[in-house]
Amino acid sequence: MSLSVAPHEVVCLIGASGSGKSTLLRCINGLETIEEGEIRLEGDVVSGPGVDYTALRRQIGLVFQSYNLFPHMNVMRNVTIAPMKIAGLGRGPAEERARALLRRVGLEEKANAYPDQLSGGQQQRVAIARAMAMEPKLLLLDEITSALDPELVNEVLRMVRDLAEQGMTMVLATHEMGFARSVANTVCFLDNGQILEMGPPEQIFESPSEKRTREFLRTVLEAGQL
Amino acid sequence: MSATSTEGRLAVDVDAVAGGVRRLAPPPRSLALAGAAVVAAVLVAAASWGLPLRSVSALDATSDAKTAGTIVAVVFGFLATLLLIPAIQGTALSLRSRSLETAGEIVESRHIAARACEKARRALGYSLAVLVVLGLMLFLLANDAAIIETFLSWEQISRSAVDILRASWLNVWIAVVAECLILVFALTLALVRLSPSKAMAPLRWLAIAYVDVFRAIPLIILLYLVAFGIPLAGIPILSDLPTTWLIVIGLTITTSAYVAEVFRSAIESVHWSQTAAAKSLGFSTLQTSRYVVVPQAVRRVVPPLLSYFIGLQKDTALVLVVGAIDAFGQAKIYAGNYFNLSSVTFVAVIFIAITIPQTRLVDYLLAREERKTGMRKL
Repeated sequence: MSLSVAPHEVVCLIGASGSGKSTLLRCINGLETIEEGEIRLEGDVVSGPGVDYTALRRQIGLVFQSYNLFPHMNVMRNVTIAPMKIAGLGRGPAEERARALLRRVGLEEKANAYPDQLSGGQQQRVAIARAMAMEPKLLLLDEITSALDPELVNEVLRMVRDLAEQGMTMVLATHEMGFARSVANTVCFLDNGQILEMGPPEQIFESPSEKRTREFLRTVLEAGQL
Repeated sequence: MSATSTEGRLAVDVDAVAGGVRRLAPPPRSLALAGAAVVAAVLVAAASWGLPLRSVSALDATSDAKTAGTIVAVVFGFLATLLLIPAIQGTALSLRSRSLETAGEIVESRHIAARACEKARRALGYSLAVLVVLGLMLFLLANDAAIIETFLSWEQISRSAVDILRASWLNVWIAVVAECLILVFALTLALVRLSPSKAMAPLRWLAIAYVDVFRAIPLIILLYLVAFGIPLAGIPILSDLPTTWLIVIGLTITTSAYVAEVFRSAIESVHWSQTAAAKSLGFSTLQTSRYVVVPQAVRRVVPPLLSYFIGLQKDTALVLVVGAIDAFGQAKIYAGNYFNLSSVTFVAVIFIAITIPQTRLVDYLLAREERKTGMRKL
């Protein structure tokens, strides 16, 4: 596959389970190693041996389907620990930044709560705040609403839309077709580890050229997700 | 069939069954069971009065001891007699159930019969328990109270108690010092074993070999080797250490092997997704361990660690092997002098008294951890 993401662009990856959406995201931030080819960030090659993945990951944020908050820390600590221990921010500036982010996601009053006291949607919003606290150049979102109850999905999607409107460069893997259609600049349909089709949302959703894309969209429509 | 609901009570009538209710569920036969319970209760109560009193009166002991024994026997007999209460209640209920049945009150009869069975079974169960205790009592009193005299002599215990308690300080000291060293060494072993880098491979193999070897050697053999062997070998600093320190070293060497595995499994039990999340934020492997994995592992590791610590406390009694005088050693001296093992029984009681609260604490922590992880969504 071959994919380019411009600054401030939002790319949505759609496709059936197992088509490689999550794997692609994890390859970008180095959690999975690639065997062939290369990944470049702002012109630098960031794949292969000898790459400082730790430094790379400080510039790329990844939000997981299962939120993966640190259960032994409260919300404030979850969001401030990376800026403090990695970016070397002092406690004061780190907490200020955290509070601003939590305000943006509407969870400022939950700063002292522990993850298991929050709902799924709240945990996912904290996870997004945590990733944003490192001020990444690129944000990767791996099916972040798939584990949520339907009522909670919207609050998270609203957040992602806000981030997009503020110019964050994002690559999202998602099943939420309606959301993809409204927020993406480019939609990629993945099938069996390949990008089968790629283009603006109107093209992919309304007049897809590949047969597999059409079949997939039809099943999704029948399942009531479009 | 119809179902009606009046004032919150649900009534379901099944009219269509031929033969009616009686054939479906006749009242249980309870009289035989109740009768058996009464017979058992009477026999056990009689035995509980007769046998202990007879044994006590046959004792060739001081009148004080005899009075104490008689009181215990009487109390026991009285308690055994209480068995008759559920047994007789059971029989009474059984008879009432019979008469209700003949009177046509099937449902009521069934309820009463069930209660009768319950009472009778309870009487039988308690009778069995009383029989066990009775057997134990007779065993203790047998042969002119030989068991009591050999293992539970109050005179012997009071004579040795102070010395034994003073000597048990050694057990405490060894356990605490060893535990501190074990925690550090075992965690190091576990982290070495878990390090993913290829450069650490030989050290990893060494750690694995260490754990395998020292879990295989019996502790008593290792203590012997360390406490006698090292002074003999004439190694510069180690050979001059006092015996107690050599014991600590021996205990540390062995127990660390077990505890390292506990640490390792606790660390591995922290879900990979936590490591993935930490790495994705940009933490290095060491930082991930320090801020995310080990803090979570530590919470899970406390109950099994406590169990091993309790085991360690018991193992301190092995210092005897190398001639150090701990509580057990002190007790053995008394035992040897007076040909009586009561002082040793006392040491066992000390261990029990120290250990049981700790095991209850472990149970509590385990239950609490289960409740917590049960509720966690991740």
